Amino acid sequence: MRLEPKPAPSLAVTLMFPLAAVAMTLVLTSMLVLAAGASPLSVFYLVAKGAAGSQFALLETLTRATPLIFTGLAIAVAFRAKLWNIGAEAQLYIGGVVTVVLGTGALPLPSAVLIPVIMIAVMAAGAALLLGPAVLKTRFGVDEVVTTLLLNFIVLLFVSMLLEGVLKDPMGLGWPQSQKVIADAQLPRIIQGKRLHYGFVIAIVSAVLVWLVMKKTVLGYEMRAVGHNPEGARFVGILVNRTLMKTALLSGGLAALAGFSEVSGLKGNLTLDLSPGYGYTGIVVAMLAMLNPLGVIASAIFVAGIFVGADAMSRAAKVPSYIADVMVATSLLTMVVAILLTRYRMRWR
Amino acid sequence: MDALEILFTASFWVAAIRIASPLIFATMGELICERAGVLNLGIEGIMTAGAFAGWFTVYSGGDLWAGVLVAALVGALFGLLHATLTVPLGLSQHVVGIGITLLATSLTYFTYRLVLPEVTSPPKIEPFQPLPIPGLSRIPVVGEALFTQTPLTYLAFVSVAAVAWILYRTPVGLAVRAAGENPSAVEAQGISVTGIRMGAVAVGSALMGVGGAFLTISAFNSFFFQMINGRGWICIALVVFGSWRPGKALVGAILFAAFDAYQVRLQQISGGIVPYQVFLMMPYALSILALILVARRATYPKALMIPYQKGER
Repeated sequence: MRLEPKPAPSLAVTLMFPLAAVAMTLVLTSMLVLAAGASPLSVFYLVAKGAAGSQFALLETLTRATPLIFTGLAIAVAFRAKLWNIGAEAQLYIGGVVTVVLGTGALPLPSAVLIPVIMIAVMAAGAALLLGPAVLKTRFGVDEVVTTLLLNFIVLLFVSMLLEGVLKDPMGLGWPQSQKVIADAQLPRIIQGKRLHYGFVIAIVSAVLVWLVMKKTVLGYEMRAVGHNPEGARFVGILVNRTLMKTALLSGGLAALAGFSEVSGLKGNLTLDLSPGYGYTGIVVAMLAMLNPLGVIASAIFVAGIFVGADAMSRAAKVPSYIADVMVATSLLTMVVAILLTRYRMRWR
Repeated sequence: MDALEILFTASFWVAAIRIASPLIFATMGELICERAGVLNLGIEGIMTAGAFAGWFTVYSGGDLWAGVLVAALVGALFGLLHATLTVPLGLSQHVVGIGITLLATSLTYFTYRLVLPEVTSPPKIEPFQPLPIPGLSRIPVVGEALFTQTPLTYLAFVSVAAVAWILYRTPVGLAVRAAGENPSAVEAQGISVTGIRMGAVAVGSALMGVGGAFLTISAFNSFFFQMINGRGWICIALVVFGSWRPGKALVGAILFAAFDAYQVRLQQISGGIVPYQVFLMMPYALSILALILVARRATYPKALMIPYQKGER
């Protein structure tokens, strides 16, 4: 078998590939549903209904999509420059830590000033966390995949230490949780009485801004060039290492915003279960969007829908809700094959 | 007990060798993959799947060795999937590897919930028992540490010898090493690079599966979620630390495990002055430190992570 390059397909055809990947995922995972003794059609129907079948379901899906947009953007930016940031989970938690450090009354500022200040500090902390592995990569040649992965474990233990130590809520009945952030540091709800909060709006705005940076600025051009061909980028005078640093700062900052938005908009305080792996799921979100920042919005909502829908489904049908994780992981693999087929054709000889 | 005295007790080294065993299996597995030119980031998920598959085989009435075999087969299966996507299709080894880890982990959790829907505490099995080697286990400290282990630990050491022998003393090993250094040379010999690489990833992944199973059927006696806990990523660091050589990687794994066993004991005698999380962080921090120390003189297999297409330059 050989792979031969083929001309880039039209936008319409390109958009078909994520759909094909999702269809393939449904076919593959329906075998698991059958193994669980349920009918795939009714299970997938229940998942869809649980994700988008009512106003409540839809709002819940958008709420769950919010952190995934941030982590998805973080991964999309990094992977575009071939900086393999697998540490979005750690950056998310650091964002949560900074939010509760500054947001529980330490800064006596009005809400309109306090929230931007917290966001800037959160992004700086996330950026600093990814800067370490980026420096190790460019200065010492240490693979950033392993360092960012290992940092996830270190940071989670660090957060656990803080929550049992200096950040522990004295009124928390012994649970390892932080105090609630003050009202001025909270992101308001979009609809009164519902869980969807303004973090979702910030996420959408971030996606548009990141798209503009990638598409319309020199930095975006340099990032794409470094990811596509570092040697060539160096040859035309792009400072490859400096571009990788800037990429790391942007990526780490975006991932940390996920932690800010979850604490400030949804949970109110920091706990050790702030994220059920949003940092890792962000990789799938970014790949399903083919690393396009605007596409990240759609794929984050889709992935969030699978999780929300599967939770509802598993209460009705006797299929474990882990089917959602399997579907998301499978769609990552079918998607990379689909992307390959947009650029190459297979020739059997 | 004094912090230094611990280092001279047999029980400490017995624990260190036990902790090292799953790392030895999985590190050898990763080493084979990388020597053939494929970075296998599926390791964490494959170890999870192997841990469950081995345990579940025994739990459903199978023999302990059948558990080891099933874990190896499940590992090899995920390895074949990884290899199919990364070798003939040449897809990004980073993305596919993470994908395999996510897939293997989620499939394992799904299956666990499917076959044991109602359990709250994980059921236990009868694991491998220590098998002292007559005579050798009487040697103070060293003998006790090395020769009062379970059969699966002995197998881990055998696997290092086997991997070293195959890599450096057989034609297959030469082809594997060449596939990771200079694949065109392999093809020029009339050997299929695709075949060699896929085989290496499948065999390596089988070893990772056994490494995972060691935890559930030798070190402990049940399966629980998140039990691999980053061991796979640590093994990737150990391969770099061992400069892609089985013997050096073995030394690295034992040093690492000794450190891990030591931090647990330090934690006990420190009397809670230092938060326990600091001790738990040490193994991960040590892995990063080890990577930094060897990074300057690390000699990666030259074709690592570079897909090979026949006839392409």
